[in-house]
Amino acid sequence: MANIYSKKKPQPWEESCPKKETIQFLLNYSKALSVINYKGEKFEALLN
Amino acid sequence: MKDVLTSDATLVSDYIKGNEAALSQLITRHQQRIYSFVYSKVYDKDITEDIFQDTFIKVIRTLKRGGYNEEGKFLPWVMRIAHNLVIDHFRKNKRMPKFDNSGDFNIFSVLSDGDLNAEKQIIKEQVETDVRRLIEELPEDQKDVLVMRIYKEMSFKEIALKTDVSINTALGRMRYALINLRKLIDKHNIILTN
Repeated sequence: MANIYSKKKPQPWEESCPKKETIQFLLNYSKALSVINYKGEKFEALLN
Repeated sequence: MKDVLTSDATLVSDYIKGNEAALSQLITRHQQRIYSFVYSKVYDKDITEDIFQDTFIKVIRTLKRGGYNEEGKFLPWVMRIAHNLVIDHFRKNKRMPKFDNSGDFNIFSVLSDGDLNAEKQIIKEQVETDVRRLIEELPEDQKDVLVMRIYKEMSFKEIALKTDVSINTALGRMRYALINLRKLIDKHNIILTN
């Protein structure tokens, strides 16, 4: 039987969802980000 | 089950109050639609992943800064951010064209045709949709004149006859329609450029 060398097509569900790592990054980013209000100005701080 | 019952508005409100789990729920709920939307425009998994990530970074920052007005339109708002980032992506690519080395040499990657490219097409559609929406906000008499003149390409004489007014009135209505359109554009802070 001949080998098929064409690229394996991604499954539909693979195409329509982001990677788990991306989601995890976003959740961690959200936890790390804090917005500080100082005299009417807003400052962002990333606390890792 | 709770996930289905909790509305986006409640989750956004919870998240703003500090409940990080609410963000997880929001992402889980909408990830597929947003990801598919971006993928349908860029057809590249890595770029889609980047744009998806940037979209939510923007969402997180805006929510945490208190810059989001809850109008029950969380998903359309996020989609709009994603849409704008897709446009930014195409704009950036136009400045720095990227050669795709994944396949055979493609002559069309170095030759451009005179037609609208994907970015311009998206912007054109967006502008046309925005204009149509703005026209809907005009008073009926002004809207009629504008639609007849611009979309139906009728002369002012024909418009005057059809609406049973003088040519001067038709011209005046057109003038006010344009003035009001400009006001609406300013009010909604809409950018109509291609």
